[in-house]
Amino acid sequence: MTDTTSSKTKAPEGIGGGSWREALRVPALAVLTGLILGGIAIMVSGSNVFAAYGALFVGAFGDPVRFFNGFQQLFTTGETAGLLRAIYPFTESLVTATPYIFAGLAVALGFRCGLFNIGAEGQLLIGALCSAFVGYSIKGLPAIIHLPLAILAGAAGGAVWGMIPGYLKARFGAHEVVNTIMMNWIAFRLSDWLLNGPMKASGFRPVTPNVEATAELPRFFPDPIRLNWGFILALVMAYALYWFLFKTTLGFEIRSVGANPDAAKYAGMNIIRNFVLVMALSGGLAGMAGSAQVLGVDHWVGAGFSAGYGFDAIALALLGKSHPAGVVVAALLFGFLRSGATRMQSIAGVPIDIISIIQGLVIIFIAAPGIIRWLYRLKNVKVEETVLTRGWG
Amino acid sequence: MTTITTSINPALARRLRIGYGVVLLAVGLFIYLVLGLNTQAGLQTTYGINLVGSHAVPVPDLVVPAQLTINLMAAIAVFVGAFQLARGIKSTGALVGVIALTFVVAFLTWAAQGKSFNLTGMISSSLVRATPIALAALCGVIGDRSGVINIGIEGIMLIAAQAAVVAASVSNNLYVGLIFALLVGGLVAAAHAYLVISFKVDQTVSGVAINIFGAGLTSFLGSRFLEKNTDVLNNSGVFPTISIPLLDRIPVLGPMLFENNIIIYLMMILVVVMHIVLFYTPWGLRTRAVGEHPKAADTLGINVYFVRYVNVILGGMIAGLGGAYFTIGSVGRFDELMTAGKGFIGLAAMIFGKWTPIGAFASSLIFGFADSLQVKLQILRVPIPTEFLLMAPYIVTMIILTGVVGRAIPPAADGQPYEK
Repeated sequence: MTDTTSSKTKAPEGIGGGSWREALRVPALAVLTGLILGGIAIMVSGSNVFAAYGALFVGAFGDPVRFFNGFQQLFTTGETAGLLRAIYPFTESLVTATPYIFAGLAVALGFRCGLFNIGAEGQLLIGALCSAFVGYSIKGLPAIIHLPLAILAGAAGGAVWGMIPGYLKARFGAHEVVNTIMMNWIAFRLSDWLLNGPMKASGFRPVTPNVEATAELPRFFPDPIRLNWGFILALVMAYALYWFLFKTTLGFEIRSVGANPDAAKYAGMNIIRNFVLVMALSGGLAGMAGSAQVLGVDHWVGAGFSAGYGFDAIALALLGKSHPAGVVVAALLFGFLRSGATRMQSIAGVPIDIISIIQGLVIIFIAAPGIIRWLYRLKNVKVEETVLTRGWG
Repeated sequence: MTTITTSINPALARRLRIGYGVVLLAVGLFIYLVLGLNTQAGLQTTYGINLVGSHAVPVPDLVVPAQLTINLMAAIAVFVGAFQLARGIKSTGALVGVIALTFVVAFLTWAAQGKSFNLTGMISSSLVRATPIALAALCGVIGDRSGVINIGIEGIMLIAAQAAVVAASVSNNLYVGLIFALLVGGLVAAAHAYLVISFKVDQTVSGVAINIFGAGLTSFLGSRFLEKNTDVLNNSGVFPTISIPLLDRIPVLGPMLFENNIIIYLMMILVVVMHIVLFYTPWGLRTRAVGEHPKAADTLGINVYFVRYVNVILGGMIAGLGGAYFTIGSVGRFDELMTAGKGFIGLAAMIFGKWTPIGAFASSLIFGFADSLQVKLQILRVPIPTEFLLMAPYIVTMIILTGVVGRAIPPAADGQPYEK
């Protein structure tokens, strides 16, 4: 494959140089390789790979037979129940993808500024708690005010949680990786306390009360389909982030700081302000992941609310090459994987943790494209590399 | 990497002096107002010195009047603070020491007023709890000194912990488990080394991938195999306590240092050995040269890649030992994600210890102390929610990372791949 890029196939700004084909090749092959190795792991552990991946597919996209029957029913009787049942797995995948999009964007924004935000997990949890609090404690507001308020509260909570490591990094040079991880643990403990104390609903379980109906993100279909406006909001935020990063001066500054802090400093850019701003925005996005999950899907926060979204988000950002569009695609992929894996676990008996194994492998393959190039005998193309992290300082 | 300028700028030095002075005064006031005034007059705090089941020679317990002790601590903090404001004290270590000591003593005396509190028990449990943190920190030190950051320590420890318990359960021999932990730790670290040294993958990203992979792998294997076959695969027993004759008779020090299991002894030996190797042998000099200025080292004929590989793999084996502590060293079974962030706290201890083995060990002890303090306070029913006590080590880590305890400077070439 040659690297002559016609204007037609030119990828949008920031995707990492070259054409779409070039930009997608390594991530796609990395995912494929991850799935193959995951399949080997499933096989070695004594399960049937085809049954497992078949269940994964049906769990992610739905059963084709049901789709067929659903359409038939719709056309013959005008009844939608069958079709709604058929699209359920697919909508569930989109529901799963929603927090991934937000959290992936959060980490991607950090990468663009040379900051590694591992704290999306904690920021998301704090965002969820803030949204839930506004959602259940304020009563009698119209939805048009209550819902945005609840989402903003989540974003603000996440932003504060992200800003602290950002400030410590900018002011004292404290490594954001360790600090965001510490903030994660603090968030977990704080939520343990809140859920067992001040924010606990009446009853035995450590959960918050349900949010008011006025704070819920409206759903598109009748129960049990949970697809809601959170998904649309996620796509809007992805576009907004693209616009911010690539069409505004501030976005350019942030990318400059990420690409070369010394040069950015010489150009008169304020590194400290950028670090704090980016970590706050990143935390805000992660907080919105929590908001969308609480207000759109769960309607309450319980122990173990954040099921590793923040860590998966790192894989997403790497997979999407820190580009909002790439992150959305990667998040959809992970949504399908995670959502399908639930079925794989119940039908084929393969623990859902296999997905984490695949993710770890995918991160390694993406970070070391040399391995993929070597495996598939690809020509070595010069690709603009985003600098991800810089030592301890 | 942006190097941090540590010029002694007079304005900053003055601000720091005043800052420490104010903090000391505030700590003194806090101790007096919050703890001292809340202590009932006439109550005593008993500090137990003897440990049940220990070989140490029994000595009488330390009984102190609670309020007087607390007020004395307040007075010391205020006095040192005033002295600092007026004259200035050179050593930040001493200042932090005074802050920590007065606060901890006052706090403990307050928490245990009218009750008995086993001091020796807490000190020796501090060392036990510090062990995995110290091993993680040593893994970090040896890697960073050669210029390779390893954020994947957490993942390595998890994998090694599981490998250790399975190997020990299957073979019915704890030493087999220990050897497996070392091998597996070394193997995962070798993968990290291969990725970051040969493939020049971003070191932090590789470490994070190892963490995610490790969490996924161990949870996968745990729910796929260990849960169903607990007796065969996940029930190893733990290393017995080995008492060193005579030395274990010393009060306080005996139970702390000389009545431990093999992993804790190995950890203490490693601290000393690594200090000697790193600072007094040609290999250590080479390691440090490669971490500071690989180009210069290369010019002098040192094989940069080889030195880095060896150090990262050795580090992985040390982390593997730390992983073994979690299972065959303490509870005898594997639980999902049982390392609970200790690998990361180890990294903080490494930075706090300024990339030296002894410093890393000392800071691990502080974390271990905070950890065991939190457990003791739960037992004493201190009216603070346990969740907040559990947060303490993480908050301490963050404070340490801000460099208030003196700037820590990493090896110059840390985190950078070397290209010939």
